[in-house]
Amino acid sequence: MTTNRHAELGLTNEDVLTIFETMLMARRIDERMWLLNRAGKIPFVISCQGQEAAQVGAAFALDNTKDYIAPYYRDMGVVLHFGMTAKDLMLSAFAKAEDPNSGGRQMPGHFGQKKNRILTGSSPVTTQLPHAVGVALAAKIEKKDFITFVTLGEGSSNQGDFHEGLNFAGVHQLPCITMVENNNYAISVPYERQVASKTVAERASSYGMPGVRVDGKDPIEVYRVVKEAADRARSGGGPSLIEAVTYRLTAHSSDDDDRQYRTAEDIAEGKALDPLITFAKYLRDLDILPTDLEKEINERIMKEVNEATDYAESAPYATPESALLHVYAEKDGGNA
Amino acid sequence: MAIMSYIDAITLAMKEEMTRDERVFVLGEDVGRKGGVFKATNGLYDEFGEYRVLDTPLAESAIAGVGIGAAMYGLRPIAEMQFADFIMPAVNQIISEASRIRYRSNNDWTCPIVFRAPFGGGIHGALYHSQSVEAIFANQPGLKIVIPSTPYDAKGLLKAAIRDDDPVMFFEHKRAYRLIKGEVPEEDYTIEIGKADVKRQGEDITVITYGLAVHFALQAAERLEKDGISAHILDLRTIYPLDKEGIIEAASKTGKVLLVTEDNKEGSIIGEVAAIIAENCLFDLDAPIMRLAGPDIPAMPYAPTMEKFFMINPDKVEKAMRELAEY
Repeated sequence: MTTNRHAELGLTNEDVLTIFETMLMARRIDERMWLLNRAGKIPFVISCQGQEAAQVGAAFALDNTKDYIAPYYRDMGVVLHFGMTAKDLMLSAFAKAEDPNSGGRQMPGHFGQKKNRILTGSSPVTTQLPHAVGVALAAKIEKKDFITFVTLGEGSSNQGDFHEGLNFAGVHQLPCITMVENNNYAISVPYERQVASKTVAERASSYGMPGVRVDGKDPIEVYRVVKEAADRARSGGGPSLIEAVTYRLTAHSSDDDDRQYRTAEDIAEGKALDPLITFAKYLRDLDILPTDLEKEINERIMKEVNEATDYAESAPYATPESALLHVYAEKDGGNA
Repeated sequence: MAIMSYIDAITLAMKEEMTRDERVFVLGEDVGRKGGVFKATNGLYDEFGEYRVLDTPLAESAIAGVGIGAAMYGLRPIAEMQFADFIMPAVNQIISEASRIRYRSNNDWTCPIVFRAPFGGGIHGALYHSQSVEAIFANQPGLKIVIPSTPYDAKGLLKAAIRDDDPVMFFEHKRAYRLIKGEVPEEDYTIEIGKADVKRQGEDITVITYGLAVHFALQAAERLEKDGISAHILDLRTIYPLDKEGIIEAASKTGKVLLVTEDNKEGSIIGEVAAIIAENCLFDLDAPIMRLAGPDIPAMPYAPTMEKFFMINPDKVEKAMRELAEY
């Protein structure tokens, strides 16, 4: 017997369906990118697969009309909830001029979109954490009630910027939520060869903030802890560290082969706990996702993904010379 | 017009900009209550309060990275590095992040931040309180690097840096802080970033330099004047991107060029200045381009004998200028 766990958190049936649909959209876009990569049409993919529940559950607990986010490269679920579209993401995958993230300058997964308050990101990991702290500092200086949300992997929690950024946020009690999506592998190296503490969450005690470990395969649980952290941050209660325990269903990227370092049993176990399967079951058990609705959602998503793919594939690239633009502010011209 | 020290001109520039624009704030180690280890932010904490003159934890990457976040949001941070030598933990934030934010987001996000740092030697600072680090940042398009030599330039250039829509590295020669005094207008003015400045008109030889070495060259030029040698002195002021036109004009004027830096010679910014002259002024030159710089050792040692050996001074510049004039 499945009990309704979302109603007591104030989530309606419509809300949980929106969460499901966003998770599914992320999955389907990601799967399409792998197909395109294997067909030789796009050079690179880095996946969200397996982490959609943590991403969408967390994003849903934020205010996507005013909060700022500093996502890491797997966060397709987060950026979708913050307003990025399948078309935007496909334009990025194909590196086309219209890509709102970077105009085709960056690899896929390097999100950024000012109109939706998605900070631009880079490839060196964890550099985004002090940025989220800096935006939170601006909220405190300007006495605004937005908060910031930053994500990273557990391997990235070893970087100096993790320590420096969280300590800064803790000292000044800034409205910043850091969520580590612990998928147990930093490319090939497992958690026990990455992190000396038993959990990432317990690192929070050094930084004067609560640290919470949550099942990242359950979007409702993630929503619950991120909502608590967001309410606390918004009311002046300071920062939080959240560790969402997830599983990476794919290799690190399209250039990696995880059979070199993961066992078949490990991979099978991860697939059995796929959050898209378990969350769909939860919704079906509560009669929120009847078969015809599930079919309709699937069709709607596939249509959007197909249209996005076609649009992005035929969209123009930036001109070669446009590489010279936007080195400095426009009044200075390019750097040519 | 008031006579003011180089450091007081820097403090004044920040104070004026913080008064003019409430988005401007300072963050760094000891910048608040103490007013900075060199007193560059003296009095600003009392005037503007804790969150506009923010004492940060001792962590340079956070000072840079938090500042970058605030700049992306729309504030105008001035991030102080206590010594240029200690900027190294922040290099990833400055180069991988600040310099590329506009470019990588295709002009969507911007990063209007100033990184201030005292640099340079001659103050018994040894290896880690004396270095010139500007060359590390001088092949990073997206960054601008400003090094003023006078109090007048320091105020005008710092105000321009704070108003600039892109990240600016602002290196202040720490020996110049109290040694160099000059006239500084009390009214608001800015100096355009990217423009070199002729600090002395001359006909026989050209010296191109920046920072404290400008003053060494000016002193040497006075001595040479007595012997009938007229030196033209160009202060680069912005060392990245370089003012190519200004360099070409100054080099072509006399046809004999001495380039001076306090940095180690190989890979220093004056190598690029030499390349610009070689590319553009070959037929105007009457002598090989000459360089005077620190030796290629990691940094200047503590003992006065070795520190003096490393440092540029008016005598060394004078000797090089005479040699060039006699070529």
